[in-house]
Amino acid sequence: MKKINSRPASLKEAPFHYCPGCGHSIVHRLVAEVIDEMKLREKSICSLGVGCAVVAYKYFDVDTVEAPHGRAAAVATGIKRVRPENIVFTYQGDGDLAAIGTAETLHAANRGELITVIFINNAVYGMTGGQMAPTSLVGQKTTTSPAGRNPLKEGYPLKFSEVLALLGGSSYLERVAVNNPANIRKAKKAIAKAFQHQKKKSGFSVVEILSPCPTNWRMSSVESCRWIDEVMTKVYPLGVIKEKKC
Amino acid sequence: MKGTIHIKQELCKGCSLCMEFCPKGSISLSKKLNLKGYFLAEFDDKKGCTGCATCALMCPEIAIEVYRG
Repeated sequence: MKKINSRPASLKEAPFHYCPGCGHSIVHRLVAEVIDEMKLREKSICSLGVGCAVVAYKYFDVDTVEAPHGRAAAVATGIKRVRPENIVFTYQGDGDLAAIGTAETLHAANRGELITVIFINNAVYGMTGGQMAPTSLVGQKTTTSPAGRNPLKEGYPLKFSEVLALLGGSSYLERVAVNNPANIRKAKKAIAKAFQHQKKKSGFSVVEILSPCPTNWRMSSVESCRWIDEVMTKVYPLGVIKEKKC
Repeated sequence: MKGTIHIKQELCKGCSLCMEFCPKGSISLSKKLNLKGYFLAEFDDKKGCTGCATCALMCPEIAIEVYRG
């Protein structure tokens, strides 16, 4: 019998530290597979945000830079301007990108920096224990909103990709999920497309990935995959949000 | 049998995603623990395997190797 799958070469052998059922590990694999397939391993530079994926340099076998909290897009801007021949991407969670990093990400998009942002949206602050994030849904129970998010006090879920789509510099924005096999395949295609947009210098590209966080959602892995389908995608609809011709 | 899988015990975290999405229902949660203390996923070849690799696609830990013949 022939082996039909193997660990991507752009992922180191280290076992993931993420919780059982976490979407981060799936996205790591997809990014590594795309890097392998597009032969970008020697050319890629990753700028990492702070969050559960803060130690992704242990897993990605590409050059990585650890950015200050929320500033991954700003660090990536510097790298890309100095080394325009490289493919530069950031890997950030929603607490990093949509909260503390709002300004940096927004302005990088508005300037049309030629970088790709892999934006993991799990609607909570995962690493610090499941606090409410700007992306938390209305009524979602978290450790800092035990009665559910109240929009009158805490505002509404921040649809950051839609905000970025309004800016002239953004080129490709797609929201995908990693909760079932079909969506995982689509997510991989979206990541590959975002890298293509960067290669063709068409502008800022973002792939927002709805990712399960079973531990902080207080659900089983299977329940959290269902919750993405039944609840989360109603607020964050999947699909291409903006695509410039390139 | 068209396919088979091998689950790397030291990587599996027993998250059950492979079991949920296996079209044949050939994977189940065993009562065995690995070194990290997780219950392991177990492959039952009696129920058959088409080698579709859906389990490997879903597995967050890249713990499943799929063989097709």
